[in-house]
Amino acid sequence: MTEALVEIDDLKVHFPIKSGLLFDRTVGYVYAVDGVSLTIKRGETYGLVGESGCGKSTLGRGLLRLVEPTSGGITFDGTDVRALKGEQMRQFRRRMQMVFQDPMSSLDPRQSVESLLVEGLKAHGLGASAGERLRSTLDSVGLPASALTKYPHEFSGGQRQRIGIARALVLGPDLIVADEPVSALDVSIQAQVVNLLGDLQDQLGLTYLVIAHDLAVIRHISDTIGVMYLGALVEEAEAGQLYERPLHPYTRALLSAVPIPDPQVEDRRERMLLAGDLPSPANPPSGCRFRTRCPWSQPRCAEERPALRVFDDSGQRVACHFAEEILSGSLLPHEVRPELVRPDADTAAGVEAELIPTRNDIPTP
Amino acid sequence: MPPLLDVRELSVVFQRKGTRPVTAVDGVSFTVEPGQTVGLVGESGCGKSVTSLAIMGLLPRRGNKVTGEVRFEDTDLLQLRPRDLRDWRGRDIGMIFQDPLSSLNPVIPLGVQVAEVLERHQGRTRQAALKQARELLDAVGIPDPARRLKEFPHQLSGGMRQRALIAIALACKPRLLIADEPTTALDVTIQAQILTLLKELVDDSGTALVMITHDLGVVAGLCDTVNVLYAGKVVERAYRHDLFAEPRHPYTHGLLQSVPRLDVDRGERLHQIRGSVSDNIPWPEGCAFAPRCDRVVDDCIGETVPLEPTFRAGALRCANPVPKEVAV
Repeated sequence: MTEALVEIDDLKVHFPIKSGLLFDRTVGYVYAVDGVSLTIKRGETYGLVGESGCGKSTLGRGLLRLVEPTSGGITFDGTDVRALKGEQMRQFRRRMQMVFQDPMSSLDPRQSVESLLVEGLKAHGLGASAGERLRSTLDSVGLPASALTKYPHEFSGGQRQRIGIARALVLGPDLIVADEPVSALDVSIQAQVVNLLGDLQDQLGLTYLVIAHDLAVIRHISDTIGVMYLGALVEEAEAGQLYERPLHPYTRALLSAVPIPDPQVEDRRERMLLAGDLPSPANPPSGCRFRTRCPWSQPRCAEERPALRVFDDSGQRVACHFAEEILSGSLLPHEVRPELVRPDADTAAGVEAELIPTRNDIPTP
Repeated sequence: MPPLLDVRELSVVFQRKGTRPVTAVDGVSFTVEPGQTVGLVGESGCGKSVTSLAIMGLLPRRGNKVTGEVRFEDTDLLQLRPRDLRDWRGRDIGMIFQDPLSSLNPVIPLGVQVAEVLERHQGRTRQAALKQARELLDAVGIPDPARRLKEFPHQLSGGMRQRALIAIALACKPRLLIADEPTTALDVTIQAQILTLLKELVDDSGTALVMITHDLGVVAGLCDTVNVLYAGKVVERAYRHDLFAEPRHPYTHGLLQSVPRLDVDRGERLHQIRGSVSDNIPWPEGCAFAPRCDRVVDDCIGETVPLEPTFRAGALRCANPVPKEVAV
């Protein structure tokens, strides 16, 4: 058992919805991340999956304090990150770096690769020894030293993502948060970047938090996987285990929705189609967040929000009241009742501006 | 029986004054039988979207040259005047675009957008068309269609917008439907909903479908035959079972091996195709994929490798194909 590098305890990131002409009044909150606790062990890859709008990117940014969390604790290698102030925090960021999704918009088109990479070193007072460091970093991401004088537009998508990774690596961080590192890339290039991330981890002993919506990619690179739904973790397990035995109904649905490039499998496979769309995080359903789309939902699910609990000895954690019953088959799925979540009278009272519309489909017949 | 759609040697060259011409589509031929689902697969820049736009006559009027034939039954769509082509679009050929938000008009209620297709092609009155629009929205699984008719696109979720777009495309019961990356902008659970819907509609109405996608998984579950495009040319064509069981072109083979799969054990490393899509040589000077290919031989460079027929209506453009027993 390796030690924990990052511990996140009940992290919440709420964004206020402001409204009003003269004075900004807060009329509600978007509960982007609502009580997530997880532990990332040193040297492992933690994968976060979920659909768009589930708060996985906000969690990654909240961890680096790129957005300020509303509450909760972040411990990084024994240091309480949330207690750090100004200059201390800035210095601390050297140890945790980020790789962004879109390599084109996250690299300044008017900066050469050298100046992109040196910027971070200078900010941390390491500018003096830059030359050697830049070359070895570029070498480790598979780019020639001649790339230093070029500009981002001269590179292909895959190479740009390598520059993004080099920029994160050059400071020698312990943790890299990679937000959708391959989703903007072509299929044949994805494999190159996935392999590169793996190689770098082996060489440098890095710890990754990889955020992605592609379950197949996440499964391939992660040691532990957390599944997020509407701001909360619904399930967490070792990668193989999660795919072997998904416990949460949402995880099951996600896994069954991923197309597999094999007609033999596609023709025979049973699909679990979820009804409707993700509810609005500004107005989440009461109790279990997933209950409006869950084929197994029970009255208890509306009243009590299930906590993420350890399921058995395997360490798999699940946030579902009925995980055992669903697994054993004693609780059978039913047709999901259509339900439209509309703003209540009490939240809507005295609000002039429009509320964020809740989108909630009625299941297809 | 002649095929429903017969695309022969379709080429699209983009050229502006003072720039080098770019051949986006380079002699693509394929046929679609009535009721069949045909896939066009490839990565960005391989010409799959331009092919669909050329078939529909939706490319900008200036700056490009379209050659070849697009036979829809007995009519060459490329020879039609734009105003005549308008009669075909929407009535005989429907199209679904990738991004449903930008394909719907943001300032017109959804109902009107569905109804106008019916008014244009079937001469319905607005009243009658709206009534039918409600049934169409209901058929594609949009809840509470009467209310949705009056709503605007921004009030719908991504999945519902895509459903609305499908309703518009299918309004006149076209015999051919072209879907250009219909699920790329959607989440996986919504993607599964839309694909299931498309499959049902196509099966029920007997509409032929041309499915354009980069996702091999989508193709595996949906298409009858698959055309793999690379740098503007078809490099491999086969029935889906043949293609996935025995990909012969090194590009197809490499693609299939480079995708991590959910249903197999986690391997240590993914197979990677080296280089990137821009590392290719022009087709007249050899195989465009040669610089990235692991199986490159002398025959690959020098002249265009021809597309040779293989068994069961398949075809392959490769001088040194992956032998059958090595294939995945």
